[in-house]
Amino acid sequence: MNASHFEPPAITAFTATSALGRGLEAHARALREERSGLRRQAFEDCTLDTWIGAVDGLEIPLPPQWSDWDCRNHRLAELGLNQDGFVAAVERARARYGAQRVGVFIGTSTSGVRETERAYRELREDRLPDWFQHRTMQNTYAVADYVRRRLALCGPSAAISTACSSSAKVFAAAARALGAGLCDAAVVGGVDSLCLTTLYGFHALQLVARDVCRPADAERSGLSLGEAAAFLLLEREAGDARWRLEGYGESSDAHHMSAPDPEGRGAIAAMRAALARARIAPQEVDYINLHGTGTPANDLAEDRALCALFGRDVPCSSTKGWTGHTLGAAGALEAVLSLLALREGFLPRSLNTRRKDPRIEGAILMSTRHAPLRRVLSNSFGFGGSNCSLLLGVRA
Amino acid sequence: MNGMTLSVAAAGIAAPGLPDWATACAVLRGAAPHVAAELPPSFSQLLPPNERRRAPPAVRLAFRAAEDALARWPLPAERLAAVFASSDADTGIIHRICQTLAHPAPQLSPTDFHNSVHNAAAGYWSIATAARGPSNTICAYDASFAAGLLEAALLAGGENLDTLLVVYDVPPPAPLYEKRPIALAASVALVLSARALPQALGRLRIARVARAQPSRMDDAALETLRLANPALRALPLLRLLARGAAGRATFEDAGDGALCVDVLP
Repeated sequence: MNASHFEPPAITAFTATSALGRGLEAHARALREERSGLRRQAFEDCTLDTWIGAVDGLEIPLPPQWSDWDCRNHRLAELGLNQDGFVAAVERARARYGAQRVGVFIGTSTSGVRETERAYRELREDRLPDWFQHRTMQNTYAVADYVRRRLALCGPSAAISTACSSSAKVFAAAARALGAGLCDAAVVGGVDSLCLTTLYGFHALQLVARDVCRPADAERSGLSLGEAAAFLLLEREAGDARWRLEGYGESSDAHHMSAPDPEGRGAIAAMRAALARARIAPQEVDYINLHGTGTPANDLAEDRALCALFGRDVPCSSTKGWTGHTLGAAGALEAVLSLLALREGFLPRSLNTRRKDPRIEGAILMSTRHAPLRRVLSNSFGFGGSNCSLLLGVRA
Repeated sequence: MNGMTLSVAAAGIAAPGLPDWATACAVLRGAAPHVAAELPPSFSQLLPPNERRRAPPAVRLAFRAAEDALARWPLPAERLAAVFASSDADTGIIHRICQTLAHPAPQLSPTDFHNSVHNAAAGYWSIATAARGPSNTICAYDASFAAGLLEAALLAGGENLDTLLVVYDVPPPAPLYEKRPIALAASVALVLSARALPQALGRLRIARVARAQPSRMDDAALETLRLANPALRALPLLRLLARGAAGRATFEDAGDGALCVDVLP
């Protein structure tokens, strides 16, 4: 791996919208107040009894000129874009570099499949309704294309869809494009919205928690689903920018489609690669934001991996007790939460965790801590054994 | 792209009338006519027997082109990084899931659910080959080949990883077909390397430019194929590689620009 030439891109803008609310301050407040966004509530007509992290306000349609694109996922994307001056930050980059020099890399797992689900209920004589548009709603690229058009960008663009690691891997793809000089800036992010496919699907795999998700808990029983839109602006010229993507690492488990390698070898490889790219030793990481879905298998495998690489002392926690598992948006959302931790000098506790699993040996934070942070590692591990770790840092 | 030059070490294909690279070479050189014919059945050498049954059609199609390419790649498959690119992955599964969800108290098949992820092919590939390196799954609708090629080039050139690119799409079943009429199944695979390889099919230089006309195929049947499946947008590049010819192939990309691929003399 060619780690020696990695120039850390600057992160010059970031924002998130999730069950915790709209924008950075809502998220910072929820973290400080230890207030989860998860609720025991039904999603539309889903009859499953589960806790979910839903975003309010998605019943408002997109403006008429975007009617072909009007779906829950794009309404969520639109809401997410309109926070924290993100659109204005992208406009400045577009003005500075040119529209064709700003790329777009968006992660999603289900894209607009909610509309496909609805369309199938309106089948008439074996035809789907006219309002249902495949390219601009269902297709996996649709949300990346929506963001690209909405921001009037024509740099290299793609959707990345690797299940739960999607919007962590967008950072790697963007970093490669920036490093090769294909673009000077890139919008990276993740958008995934609640839908019956994932609610019933994870339920069929028996991966959904009986109550709220409790990462690392002795009695944890699975995940809670959430939805989110998170966006970040990366720029090649770091200058004196405060935040940086200092490293990334990617690997594959080569083990199973829906269960992690219990030894965590793929997770170790991804984390090690991120550290190597950043040219730092494990003890230089101040906090690890875990993938930490709350499933019995993931949390144990991830712990094995992190203890093998870091020992037992690095403070770590999953923030999915706050937001739920936002699938294709998780990588970007949790990168934003990691940046908030860096900004605030704040190590979030493992929320909803009552009693740590005695088999878990890592330093799971059972209460929130305050300390200046220099580097945070964020993990995202997805179905198909796709692993990605991101190292985020503040300029010394 | 900073003058990055790459070798194409191997190519693979599975498409009507182009069931493998050897046949495709003859057709693309003009040495044999293109005979439109259904893909003959084939059996993966890499998927373990129980996975051969469970793997969805789109995954098996991706494996066909990948295994075809690997027949000419001397190093272990497990050392390859991978980029899988597809516009719609397995729409048969999405169809089944949405049909099920249209009824009250739906019982989703857990296998269908984990097979419905866009990166199912990449997941099966890494399991079948024990490949633990980076693997990405890209989607850019009709421009998925161009987007996949770019990402594979960046992995090979930027991170010095020999990289397998697999591009594939299958015809959606009705009623989705009307909304996304991909008429036939096809997959294409390339193995890219930053090293200058003596047996390479060709050396490429790739650049991204503002909007440009995409390359077309002169033969009407091949031009129809090129537009019938997002994976077959690759045909103009495959033609140059089959002929061992220098030249340029241009591809529409998803960012409103174009990818220029120069096969070097």
